[in-house]
Formats: sequence, structure tokens, C-alpha cells
Amino acid sequence: MEQESSNIAIHLAALSVGYGRTTLIRDIELKVRRGEILTLIGPNGAGKSTILKSIAGQIEPLGGVVYLKGQDKRKLTRQQVAQTLSMVMTGQPVTELMSCREVVATGRYPYTGRLGILSQQDWRKVDESLELVRAEEVAGKDFMELSDGQRQRVMLARALCQEPEILILDEPTSFLDVRYKVELLSTIRDIVKKQRLAVFMSLHELDLAKKVSDQIACVKGDRIERVGEPEEIFRGDTIARLYNMEQGSFESLFGVPQLPKVEGEAKVFVIGGGGSAVDTYYRLQRQGIPFAAGILSANDLEYPIVKELAVEHFVSAAYQEPAEELLEAAKRRIEVCEEVVCTVELFGTYNAFNKVLLQYAERLGKLVERREAENG
Amino acid sequence: MKRIGRCFVAMAVALLVLFYWNVNTGSVALTPGEVLELLLLKRGDAVALRIVWDIRLPRMLAAAILGGALSVSGFLLQSFFGNPIAGPYILGISSGAKLVVALTMIFFLGRGMTIGSIHMIGAAFVGAMLAMGFVLLFSTRTHKMSLLIVCGVMIGYICSAITDFVVTFADDANIVNLHNWSMGSFSGTTWSNVSVMTVVIILTLFVTFFLAKPMAAYQLGEAYARNAGVNIRGLRVMLILLSSLLSACVTAFAGPISFVGIAVPHLVKVMTGKARPLIMLPGCFLMGAVVTLFCDGIARTVFAPTELSISSVTAVLLVPVVIWMMLKRQGGR
Repeated sequence: MEQESSNIAIHLAALSVGYGRTTLIRDIELKVRRGEILTLIGPNGAGKSTILKSIAGQIEPLGGVVYLKGQDKRKLTRQQVAQTLSMVMTGQPVTELMSCREVVATGRYPYTGRLGILSQQDWRKVDESLELVRAEEVAGKDFMELSDGQRQRVMLARALCQEPEILILDEPTSFLDVRYKVELLSTIRDIVKKQRLAVFMSLHELDLAKKVSDQIACVKGDRIERVGEPEEIFRGDTIARLYNMEQGSFESLFGVPQLPKVEGEAKVFVIGGGGSAVDTYYRLQRQGIPFAAGILSANDLEYPIVKELAVEHFVSAAYQEPAEELLEAAKRRIEVCEEVVCTVELFGTYNAFNKVLLQYAERLGKLVERREAENG
Repeated sequence: MKRIGRCFVAMAVALLVLFYWNVNTGSVALTPGEVLELLLLKRGDAVALRIVWDIRLPRMLAAAILGGALSVSGFLLQSFFGNPIAGPYILGISSGAKLVVALTMIFFLGRGMTIGSIHMIGAAFVGAMLAMGFVLLFSTRTHKMSLLIVCGVMIGYICSAITDFVVTFADDANIVNLHNWSMGSFSGTTWSNVSVMTVVIILTLFVTFFLAKPMAAYQLGEAYARNAGVNIRGLRVMLILLSSLLSACVTAFAGPISFVGIAVPHLVKVMTGKARPLIMLPGCFLMGAVVTLFCDGIARTVFAPTELSISSVTAVLLVPVVIWMMLKRQGGR
């Protein structure tokens, strides 16, 4: 996962942002590499939007520097910036007599000639962008006739049509229902990995932020309070403190909406159980690695997740030892996987079969990773 | 694209028909053959020749060119405010131009000096920019278009009131003309007027045409346009300057003309089914020419030999269009 520093698409150096003379957030130091998603989280009004708008040039930063691909953004022309960075805002525009295709076509602005007439190549790019967000069937429709979710897809296509390396998304899911939220984020994640874009976004939905982000930055007060991988941020009471939650707590383990599973031949075999492997499943999913999991008891709390996310799972009936065939099948799977991850720490009567699997994997010389439960 | 092509052909045909109708209505009746002979060969009855060449033709050309310019000006203002109810007349810009032109004329004519077309345009431009300045000042205080339009209408009333006042108390004989002009009229247009307005308006439209690209990006609003790399401040300044210059030019030659600037862009959108600036700019010019020529024809002929002011005709014919458009927008939300 480590990439050399030349892959840093956007670097905020000592950036201060705000409106007029009021500084909202100061000394922001963040870097996003290509192919990576950074998500800003934090309470309402914390200034997430202000940060994004300052990066995109919608408002002037009050201090510090935004580096795009290592270059000071202020030294680039409008056209150069537009060819590097594009944005999807929170509010959707109101259009008049514009088809979706025409809305997307406005993204070609930095590439067209004096009169802004699109070449065939430009139109091809427009159609490609619509296909990427899976909105090709609404291309000819009037933008105002679409549902919010479809409109948001079209706006994403507009941003992609600008052929950016950096995508800024201000609460892209804010007024979508749960189905559209999940669809849109999974689309974004796919595109990011495919086109190696750097994404800088803000999200309200913590459960989803955890699942799509490579980095999470917590905005609180006038600082970025913490930056880190989701596993670090969603641990202990960080979230509860970030949102000043006094009642209840943030259940870091289960975010209910799931992104679709990564399809393909399983590359990793996860030996888990009892919730110890949940974070491993999410991490593999996020990194786009198909995996198999087992052997789990049907009443294991990991089962609902595994059922959704693993391409293959080995499940035994509750309170019973697994059948010999199941154990053998799991072994066959381990033989063809590249890697085995085991998150189980203690083996006893009820998971002795998993110890058998672990030992089998070690004997085969598979790269075995022992992980402690990440949600201690 | 076919539909757009057909629309442009239809407008061009309408323009030709109206040209013919305008040449051939009035106190002197002519046969089609005579009209062609007069126009193409400059041959025929001496009186008819004078009437057609010295009176009707420059007037028609002025109506077409100025009507087109006014419509483009309206479209630019609508893009600027992001609202189809904007127009140079309703925002008080025409009246501002009228006021400064009237003051300038009274000042110069009172001293026995004559003023040329260019100076008239300059004076009108100053007036248009002043009125526009007030509207922009109000627009920093409110984002409600309805409020802004009320402000514009009031500015228009104040300017008209002052104009009436100075016209009433100016006693020079030349100012009799001024009264006609301040009501809005194409009568008395000379060939030299036509040549000046043609040059100024064609140059302005040429520059305007290159705004089609940023205006298209601006259709999604300021934020998305900026994101696409549009120089927002530059675009806004250009929209204001060009729309003011176009409506100033109209006012300098024909006085204030109501509702053309607001209704014509809407008609073009309904007809073509598109709002792309690249189509709208030439579309508005053509359609504006058609509508204004038609209205001027009516102003001239309905109660002949008495002439109506052009604004009374445009108001009667175009206000229904504006109301229809406002109701439709309301329903759409």
C-alpha cells in the first residue's frame, strides 16, 4: 500500500480557512495520494465544507498553501487547476432545458476551444463518464426530471468528465436515501481505484466513512484533531468525543449499510470468529481484495457480515462440530489462497477446528498474519 | 439539431415576410413587382422611391437590429441573474439610459449644438450603467429576484418621472421630437443612424458571441462554473457591460422599448427546446428582430395615420408571454 511521495496528489501545508477575517480552522496538514480516499468527519458546522471549498478555490484560503501534484495552486492557471481538480458540491444545481448529457458536457470547459464547442472526442469522454457512474440510460433526459440519486450520479459524471486527478466531494450522499448512498459510494470507490484518483470528501455517515475511506480526518474546534486509518479512528471513544456525545455511544463494530462485496477468486483466507475479524473483512473489502472466511458457527456474530462480504464462506451448524467435509473444503481453499489471516487469539473446545486450519496453513508455508482483534 | 435548424429557417422566413409587409404597408400601396423593382433596382415612382428608401427602409432595419440587440441584452441579464424574469426594461436600465439621453439632448440642443449618434449612445450607456449600478447595489442586499425586480421597476419610475419633468419644462422646439422618442418609437430613423447602430451592435454582438462558452458553464451556477475554470468576475463584468451597451444603443435611437428583452429569450427557448447560449445568442437576435419588426408594423398601421408608441404594442403583445412564463415557472417548482 505504501507509495512513493511523487504519488501525493494533494498536499495542504499549514492551510488556514474561513470566511472574511474569521479563521475557522487553522494549520491543516493533510496529504492524499492517488488512489486514496480521505474523508473529513466532524460535527455539523465544524467547517468541513469550508475546507473543501478552500481547496477547490470556491473561497480563498486565509493562509498556507495548497499543493496540487507538488505545485503551488496559486501559480497554476484556472485552466490547469480545472484540468487537475474537480468538485461535486452539496446542493444540486437548478437547470433549464438541459439534458444530463449537456450537464456533464459542461465539465469539458477546460478542454474546448473559444466557442466551447465539443469535439467528437469530447462527447465520447462525456458518454464514458456517464457510463462510469452507470447513468448512461438517463443521458438524454432532462436533468430536472431525475431523482436526487440519479442527479448526484450525473454531477459526479460532470466532475469526472473534467478528467481530474483530484476529486473533491462535499457530502456527496447528503440527501440520498440509504440505497442511493451505498450505490454512490461504491461507484466512487470503484472509480477511485480504477482511475487512481485522489479523493478528498466529507461525509455525515460515519458507518459509511469507515468503509470507504483510506484516511479519516476529524475536524473539531479550530483544528484537525486527528488523522488516521479508519481502524485507528473508530476505536474506543474517539468518535463519541469528536461529536461530544453524552448519551449512548458509537457502536464501532457494525455499520449497518454494507457496500457490495468484492467479487473474484478469493485471495485471502480469514480465520476469525466472535467479532475479532470484522475489521479485517472491512479492510480487505476496502482494498478490493476478494476473500474467503471460515470456519464460523452459524450463530457467530460475524456471520451476517461474512455472508455479505466474503466470496466464499465456511459455516457450521450452531453448537456443533463442523463436518469433516467442511473442514476438508476449507483446507482446499487455504491451499489456493495467497494469504491467510488469523484473528483468533484463544483456541478452545468450541473452535478447535480453526486451530487445525491455522496449523495446516502454517505447515503449507502460507503467509500467515496473526492479528489481534482490532476492536479491543 | 434538426428542430433547431428548422426554427432558424422559420425565423428567417418570418423576417423576410415581415420585411415585405412593412415595406408595402402605409400610405402608398405597391404591387410585389414594384416593391422588388424599388428595392433591387432603385427604380420606380419618385414618391414611392423616397418613401421606401428614406423612411420605411431605415426604420425597418432599425426595428430589426435594435429589437435583436434588445433581446440579446435581455438574455445576457437573465444569465447574469440566473433568472428569466430579468430584462433591461423591467430592471430600470432602459429608463436610466433614457434619462441621461434626455438630459444630454436638452443640454446640447438648448445651446444650439447638435449631437451625433455616438454621443447619444455614450450618454445612454452612462445612464444604463447608473441604473444597473443601483440594481447591483440592491442585489448585494437581497437574493430574492422578486424584490430586485420591484427595485428595478421603481428605479424605472423615478427615471421616467424625471425625464417627463425635464421634457415638459424644456421649451426648445427641437424637444418636440424628444417627447416622441421618450415614449419609444422607431420613426425618424435616418440612414446615418442605421449605419452607426449597425457597426456598434455588430461589434458588441461579436464580442458577446465569445461569452457563449463561459455562459454555458455558468448555466449550472457560479460554483460549478468556477470549478470548470471560468473567470467568474470577468464573466460577470462582461455580461453587465455588454448588456448595458446593447440596451443603451437601443434606447439612444428608439427610446425605451418594453418587454422585448424579457419575452423573446423565453420564446426562443420554447421554440428550440434548448437554452444553450451558443443557440440562444443568434436565436434571440433573430427572434427579437422578428418580434420588434412585427410590433413596429402594428404600431404604424393599426390606427394609421396616427402612430402608436412601440412600447404600447410590445406591452400588449408580450406581457401575456411574460405572465405565462412566470406561471409556468411557479408550477415547475
